[in-house]
Amino acid sequence: MVAGTRPVRLGLVQHQPVLGDLQANLEWCCEKISAEVAAGTDLVVLPELSLTGYFLKDLTPETAVRLDGPELAKLIEATGRGAALVGLILESDQFNFYNAAVLISDGSVRHVHRKVYLPTYGIFDEQRHLAPGDQFLATDLPLAGGASWRVGILVCEDLWHPSSAYLLSRAGVDLLLCPSASPGRGVGSGEGELGSAGSYGAMLRTYAELFTVFAAYCNRVGFEDGFHFWGGSRLLGPDGLILAGPLDDSPGVLHAELDRGHLRRARIAFPLLRDERIDVVQRQLGLSSDD
Amino acid sequence: MTDLSINEELVSAIVTSFVRDEVLKVGSRGVVVAVSGGVDSALSAQIAVTALGKEAVTGLAMPYRQSSASSLEDAQLIAEQLGIELLVIEISPQIDAYFERFPDADATRRGNKMARERMSIAYDISATRSALVLGTSNKSELLLGYSTLWGDGAHALNPLGDLYKTQIYQLARHLGLPQRILEKAPSADLFEGQSDESDLGFTYAEADQILYHLIDERRPPGEIASLGLDPALVQVIWDRVRNSQFKRQPPLIAKLSGRSVGQDFRYPRDWGH
Repeated sequence: MVAGTRPVRLGLVQHQPVLGDLQANLEWCCEKISAEVAAGTDLVVLPELSLTGYFLKDLTPETAVRLDGPELAKLIEATGRGAALVGLILESDQFNFYNAAVLISDGSVRHVHRKVYLPTYGIFDEQRHLAPGDQFLATDLPLAGGASWRVGILVCEDLWHPSSAYLLSRAGVDLLLCPSASPGRGVGSGEGELGSAGSYGAMLRTYAELFTVFAAYCNRVGFEDGFHFWGGSRLLGPDGLILAGPLDDSPGVLHAELDRGHLRRARIAFPLLRDERIDVVQRQLGLSSDD
Repeated sequence: MTDLSINEELVSAIVTSFVRDEVLKVGSRGVVVAVSGGVDSALSAQIAVTALGKEAVTGLAMPYRQSSASSLEDAQLIAEQLGIELLVIEISPQIDAYFERFPDADATRRGNKMARERMSIAYDISATRSALVLGTSNKSELLLGYSTLWGDGAHALNPLGDLYKTQIYQLARHLGLPQRILEKAPSADLFEGQSDESDLGFTYAEADQILYHLIDERRPPGEIASLGLDPALVQVIWDRVRNSQFKRQPPLIAKLSGRSVGQDFRYPRDWGH
């Protein structure tokens, strides 16, 4: 352990929201967050759209909340002195609706990530209902008695674009938080797991190892209109190995500890971040270092 | 041949959770399933028993007097093995009464009427038990349009609709369905000696290969022929898929207002659940 810090206790809550019932989900999430914080969890992570359910279609505006609305106030109160990441539909002053993950800490909203990549193909129709976010920013989050962790958020489809994780890596993150509502597909006998689970497993491992970061994946469970959400929440260490989980597709909470010493050891063994040639990237993409 | 085999454990777990979740969260107490004696309905019933328990599953055998006697015996065998109640409701009286008015009706018309009569009974019995009607159509039938509109195609939930017939057999073998059920030829049993594959003019094994490449892989029909599959059969199957599209859709509504049911009034079925 790095001097002066203690491990961070993480709780990944994979649950099944009631589709379109904002109040029921809000109540459930607040109770769960309060209980987790009271039990000593430093950071409680809930899945993508945990306040609403996923395949909302025309329910999108009906289940939206505002940053200054009563729902956020309740979540902030439930989080108390702890920290929590909650997935919700966020309405802007311009009446745009975002698939957002809101990071609450110590009495306020510390960071909001608006999902940048809105899948609109196959079973997905997000761009029909939602506005896309346009940035991947990291934030410093005091956890476990004051040690600051640099955190970035990737919501589900954001993971499928490696530039998302790359940008957060360049922003210096220690921990990727990946809330998700991934519907399962792919049941061929050649694979030992669902095709979608295999894809996420490979992406998470790649990002954790290549960017030498912790990666916490929190996927929801249950069914909506025949779609199966497969859970599989897990924590990966900065060496790419799974530290805790994966859970199965039942509701549950995965508890895990993050130790900054683990980051240090991984980055000494594999100084990939130190050696990253951002100047080469910038030159080849025709960007100046100011871009 | 492309390997269409499935991970049986994974599929079994998903379809079982699907039935449990979708039944219980809407407040239903169980399911009613028409058990024909064939592999699809036997499998659907077995999944429902695993999901909900045998007390929550009601089997319905609805023979017509020309149905094969062995079908009823097989339905009884399945019900006995699963430990579920089986209601045997003869449909001959109402079918015969109806066709007395139309003595020249052909086999297709009679078969469709029977399928819709069975659907009507299944929905009636389901209401008496606060249960949902569980479907048994597989992906091959759905895509080929080999079903009766608003007959066997009508139900609340279907755990098997994304499995090709050959995958149904794989899962049924894995879950230990009786050998007798696995070995008999698939049949709509609209008349004695009927078989799906002679009706269709091709086997499910052939159809499933072609459907997989057309539907799952989205290959153009011409490209599939180059895989060594019979180009004439590819065309026959593609035509069946196109011509039966209406069977896989809710009724068309004439668009008039700003927001219309079935068009731009888009709420999920599981709204509030």
